[in-house]
Amino acid sequence: MTLQQDIKADTWTVAGRTFSSRLIVGTGKYKSLEENAAAVEASGAEIVTVAVRRVNISDPNQPRLTDFIDPNKITYLPNTAGCFNAEEAIRTLRLAREAGGWNLVKLEVLGEAKTLYPDMRETLRATETLVKEGFEPMVYCVDDPIAAKQLEEAGAVAIMPLGAPIGSGLGIQNRVTIRLIVEGAGVPVLVDAGVGTASDAAQAMELGCDGVLMNTAIAEAREPVLMAHAMKAAVEAGRLAYLAGRMQKRRYADPSSPLAGLI
Amino acid sequence: MELKESIAIHLNGDVRHVTVGITLADMLHDLGLDPRKVAVERNLEIVPRGTFDEVRVEEGDRLEIVHFVGGG
Repeated sequence: MTLQQDIKADTWTVAGRTFSSRLIVGTGKYKSLEENAAAVEASGAEIVTVAVRRVNISDPNQPRLTDFIDPNKITYLPNTAGCFNAEEAIRTLRLAREAGGWNLVKLEVLGEAKTLYPDMRETLRATETLVKEGFEPMVYCVDDPIAAKQLEEAGAVAIMPLGAPIGSGLGIQNRVTIRLIVEGAGVPVLVDAGVGTASDAAQAMELGCDGVLMNTAIAEAREPVLMAHAMKAAVEAGRLAYLAGRMQKRRYADPSSPLAGLI
Repeated sequence: MELKESIAIHLNGDVRHVTVGITLADMLHDLGLDPRKVAVERNLEIVPRGTFDEVRVEEGDRLEIVHFVGGG
């Protein structure tokens, strides 16, 4: 195989489903559904996260996400954002499964509004119940290698540690723990939350993550569609750099040109 | 004149009045909702989409009708 073919064949698999794109994007905070759809297209994402909310009974004909992003082409990953305990999250995902008809979901149980940090006790409890009910949960979690292991043991199909608080755009705060999670995991690891710009996404991939999930970094960029392009390139670049294996760091300079033959 | 009695239910948190004996499928139709694009919870239990034609709404039911919207 040529290098080009090798690169093309670099897919990843979660719960038996195989994807080429390692970028998952959210569908919140966009100015319009048109812009949202254009950003998804530019990002090359094959999976988008979506929320489950009450239908607006008084205006059932307002434009719907499904009219702009085709669930037959893009995998909808229902998310439990906004749930603060296991019961709320499980209830939401049962409805999501009925609405969408699939078991692959994103579990996110939040601990408090200020930091939106995950409540790991509730997250673990919800994971156990969901797995018993046949769900395949990709789980948002703290960047803690032990918590990640526990989630995997409970049946999480992917581990999704935060890089920084949701919507903060602060970038990956703890590269060490992300790397430890990657090294210890037997399921895909995706940095979820905290990415602010392209270099953050590349860094996640360079650490060996299988993918990156982001929303605000694209939706709140001045030019969301352009940033979606940037994120696609960054995820691909970071992945290739990881596969290529970076050089060792040195404490001092090392000349690139030969010393022999100097005039 | 035929008298159509109505019953009170809680629909997405609001009280609404619907015809006695109406099925979920007919109620969704009256609301202008495509049953293929929503999920329904009735008194905290999921109502399988395949049963919308059979399930009749009862007085005091707490119904949640949800769908997918943009989110992170």
